[in-house]
Amino acid sequence: MELSRELSPAPCARSDRFLIKMASHGAALSVSKMISPFWGGRLGNTMKVFGTTLTSHRNKSLHTPPPAKYGGRHTVTLIPGDGIGPELLNHVREVFRFSCVPVDFEVVHVNSDVQTEEDINNAITAIRRNGVALKGNIETKHTMPPSVKSRNNLLRTSLDLYANVMHCQSLPGVQTRHKNIDIMIIRENTEGEYSSLEHESVSGVVESLKIITRNNSLRIADYAFRLAREKGRRRVTAVHKANIMKLGDGLFLQCCREVASGYPDITFDSMIVDNTTMQLVSKPQQFDVMVMPNLYGNVVSNVCAGLVGGPGLVPGANYGRDYAVFETATRNTGKSIAGRNIANPTAMLLASCMMLDHLQLYDHASSIRNAVLTTMNETRLHTADIGGQGTTSEVVQSVMRVIQSKGQLTSEL
Amino acid sequence: PAGASRSTPSNTPTSCGCHGCMVQDPTQFDVLVMPNLYGDILSDLCAGLIGGLGVTPSGNIGANGVAIFESVHGTAPDIAGLDMANPTALLLSAVMMLRHMGLHDHGNKIQTACFDTIRDKKVLTKDLGGNSKCSEFTAEICRRIQDLD
Repeated sequence: MELSRELSPAPCARSDRFLIKMASHGAALSVSKMISPFWGGRLGNTMKVFGTTLTSHRNKSLHTPPPAKYGGRHTVTLIPGDGIGPELLNHVREVFRFSCVPVDFEVVHVNSDVQTEEDINNAITAIRRNGVALKGNIETKHTMPPSVKSRNNLLRTSLDLYANVMHCQSLPGVQTRHKNIDIMIIRENTEGEYSSLEHESVSGVVESLKIITRNNSLRIADYAFRLAREKGRRRVTAVHKANIMKLGDGLFLQCCREVASGYPDITFDSMIVDNTTMQLVSKPQQFDVMVMPNLYGNVVSNVCAGLVGGPGLVPGANYGRDYAVFETATRNTGKSIAGRNIANPTAMLLASCMMLDHLQLYDHASSIRNAVLTTMNETRLHTADIGGQGTTSEVVQSVMRVIQSKGQLTSEL
Repeated sequence: PAGASRSTPSNTPTSCGCHGCMVQDPTQFDVLVMPNLYGDILSDLCAGLIGGLGVTPSGNIGANGVAIFESVHGTAPDIAGLDMANPTALLLSAVMMLRHMGLHDHGNKIQTACFDTIRDKKVLTKDLGGNSKCSEFTAEICRRIQDLD
């Protein structure tokens, strides 16, 4: 059994070796479906709702392996951000400390009030060093001059985190109008309408450049199809507006078609973005995997988050060839609810679980994820954004109690 | 603009960057103004929220009061000429036109009759779940207008 990692792990659980062995067969199977029966008995029904994100260990893997462990512990960059970011990330650290997760956080603050890029450059360097980051949203103040770019955007483009992945699933414990939603959204994360290229050649007439390149379109389409195959998904839908932006979105669509031809087992279709949003609010169950350029990705992500219960519930991940950054899927700062202990910690906790999966700490990821979902679906302890009256700390305490009750090693409650 | 004549508590424009807000609680919104692409997306999204393009009216207002009112659904060639189509979208667009022309009484009367017919659920076209013909639906609206007079 050959592994592409340099270091082999310290005594790992029997379960880890089983998973590695299966992955190294390179089979294009839905690995999450395979492990369900294995984990099912231990973790109950909530496990079936959220399968783990497994990565293959070969060179064709979608996600790069995490950097070598040092003393058995990983170092992850943590960017608290603004608004509710700092308090939610504190809760993540609390849960990690409680569960004895072998992760140390290197905290890098980014001040959104200053115009220099020193802070964000420090953050980028830290992420290059550690390979993985967990972040809150950094506010982009409208009062700043236009030359001051969005810090979040700078981070994504500098690290070339080209794929933004969001998995929207209906949660049984949350009241929503539509049920049985299970959509994966893959959004191109570096170009498109977010190129920050605007000019005003004539006063009062602004031109913005939307950049679509063949390279990046092929890259994101390839990512989408490989992810679809890895997860055993049947259909990929490209979202575009090529009837109007014939060259830009036309190129994107063309690239998707080219990549699709290499995956005959997966159905490919396309839909215009305005029709897509209409279909999403009336019949969201028809969608499986969706791939799209940057701006439409922003719109569709937000709509889907709203459909499953709101921005407090869905985690998001940004993947590049060499780095991965995890955050909440809808990148809100939540300024109006900051510091009031009412924010929903679910999205950030689930994002931290995605990060743990990326670091191949699958046991810890499952344990925390299961506890969060149990609190959501069985205990039904909800924060205000999903109609409950619980505080953030009450939800976090409940999560830790569930973890403790499963009998794993924990520190003091 | 579109028939709603509520007055907002304050006239300060606010900005919202989250389409999720629209999906979770659309009632918080009143009048929205935006550039072209966002309008394209959001108008279809909202049409989906209220029942689809079959019931959504629209108008295009130009300079000097020139205006074209239209339904935004397609030509539906498969049901054309079969007395099956739902005329609501085009009818409400015509109501918008009447209001634009200052004929508010007529506009209100037709709108009320149309909404009452739909609310009553007795005479509905196929897309709204009934099995009445287009002409029957229209006749019902005309009858109600007569009753209102």
